[in-house]
Amino acid sequence: MIQAKIRKQYAAGPDSAGFSLDLEFHAAAGVTVLFGSSGAGKSLTLDSIAGFVRPDEGRILLDDQILFDGAAGVHIQPRARRCGYVFQNYALFPHMTLRQNLEFAAERAPRLGRHRKVTGMLEKFQLTDVAGRHPYQLSGGQKQRCSIARALIGAPRVLLLDEPGSGLDAPLRAEFYAVLRQVRQDFGTPVLLVTHDTDECFQLAEEMVVLREGRAVQSGTPRKIFEQPANVDVARLLGLYNLLPVEIRSLDPGRNASRLRFQDFELTGPYFPGRLIGDQVWLFVRPDQLLAAPRTGRPAFNQIPGTLLRTVEKPERLRLEFSGDIAVEVPSGAPFGSMEKYSGVKDWVVEFPSRDLRIL
Amino acid sequence: MPLDWFPLWLSLRVAVISTAFALVIGLGLAWILANRTFRGKEVLDAAITLPLVLPPTVLGYYLLVLLGRASPVGHLYEWLFGGPLVFTWQAAVVASLFHSTPLLVKSARAAFESVDRSYERAARNLGASELRLFWRVTLPLVRRSILAATALAFARSLGDFGVTLMIAGNIPGRTQTVSIAIYDAVEGGNGAAARVLVIIVSALALAILTLANRLTSNPFGPRQAAL
Repeated sequence: MIQAKIRKQYAAGPDSAGFSLDLEFHAAAGVTVLFGSSGAGKSLTLDSIAGFVRPDEGRILLDDQILFDGAAGVHIQPRARRCGYVFQNYALFPHMTLRQNLEFAAERAPRLGRHRKVTGMLEKFQLTDVAGRHPYQLSGGQKQRCSIARALIGAPRVLLLDEPGSGLDAPLRAEFYAVLRQVRQDFGTPVLLVTHDTDECFQLAEEMVVLREGRAVQSGTPRKIFEQPANVDVARLLGLYNLLPVEIRSLDPGRNASRLRFQDFELTGPYFPGRLIGDQVWLFVRPDQLLAAPRTGRPAFNQIPGTLLRTVEKPERLRLEFSGDIAVEVPSGAPFGSMEKYSGVKDWVVEFPSRDLRIL
Repeated sequence: MPLDWFPLWLSLRVAVISTAFALVIGLGLAWILANRTFRGKEVLDAAITLPLVLPPTVLGYYLLVLLGRASPVGHLYEWLFGGPLVFTWQAAVVASLFHSTPLLVKSARAAFESVDRSYERAARNLGASELRLFWRVTLPLVRRSILAATALAFARSLGDFGVTLMIAGNIPGRTQTVSIAIYDAVEGGNGAAARVLVIIVSALALAILTLANRLTSNPFGPRQAAL
């Protein structure tokens, strides 16, 4: 269990903009993901917990130990914090073999049983065959498993991972997810993971904290956050939505309905409690919730005409991008998804199903 | 006339001893310069580099004043070891120390600074003390650069002339190092002796530089980048 309240200020320099980190969050057992774009302060947060960076103010609590307390002047040295850290570049010592890397980490364990511990760890992470090799002789996946094993061997109270999925291709990512799930099962060590990848949040996170410009802007389960981002910035960060500026024209709680104005068009949505007529809000809707059809005559109910700008093929979906920053995603393959079906037609209508419309 | 081998042995002895001292002092200073931030750090770095650019006579003059029999340091040395420092072979060690240490500090600082910070962070994170981090991680990572720098420092101390002449003098059989002996031989018209020593010193220097070059290439396997 980590409880952190961190403030750190970097003054603007000649070649760097200033940055201020000011956030408060807690991470319980399980996997907590710190999510944010680069420069949001994710790594700085991790470094503060590991003790590589000393915050200006605040307090970091790991289980019942104070790692840092600005007011009391407590700053435990990194080597005494027992926070396993998996570096983005793995930071395996290049002059040591895998086994030696693990042995280096095991040196604070009692001498007796150290060897057995290292051997057991190598087995658990399927590294026995390559234990005698140096890091440069290993594949990316092996290096990552070794660096996780090395971080875990000292029985840390929390495992910190800095952008573990970046730089891995799809199969290696899947393998990494499996490894991390196994870590959770076998070791029960709480995990704090930093990423800018929404896929990783869905795959791994039990809790997530969204960071933006050094502040924690929302926290909760990934499902909750994706269903209801706290504000338009979070929605943008998640990168999953069509975000359209609309004005509320009418609200009808009795029929659970509302009318929204987008440019010159009117859309009907559900009733939005706590809003007023005339409010300027953001409509957000996932691309896969929209429907698209070639235009024939006047747009019908809840349809907006658009010009198809381009189509993007994704592994299992086809993404249609329309004028007005509207994107629609359809499953690829029959009966929807052949490119030919879409490429010939320029004028389209996009239908917004009323029940899927939500606002921020 | 048989060749006097004493200057060559003396030079080797002086070079070995001064390189050993330079290694300890140089690594310490380089580590401080690479890892600590303090006021006047770059001034200190410049002061350490100064002997590389000062004329040997100027440096020799300073040392003569600093270590001479009238100076406090000279007094202390005399009290400790029962004899003066200047115009002994130990003074030649000091002379070459001042010429080789800057070289070592420069290379070692660059080497220490080139070590990816994440290795040091990883070591600390895994519970290593600063001492263990230095011996087991930092030093092995820069080992080759340090060895190469040491070889250069050794070659440098082997060839010192001006400073040695200023503070150790030219006493045949006592403080006459090989470069001074060559000068002496040429001045005294002993061309044969000069030629032999010149060839030996050149061959030695070439061998050391070759070694240094081989050390600096190819560290951990093929093109080991930080990742």
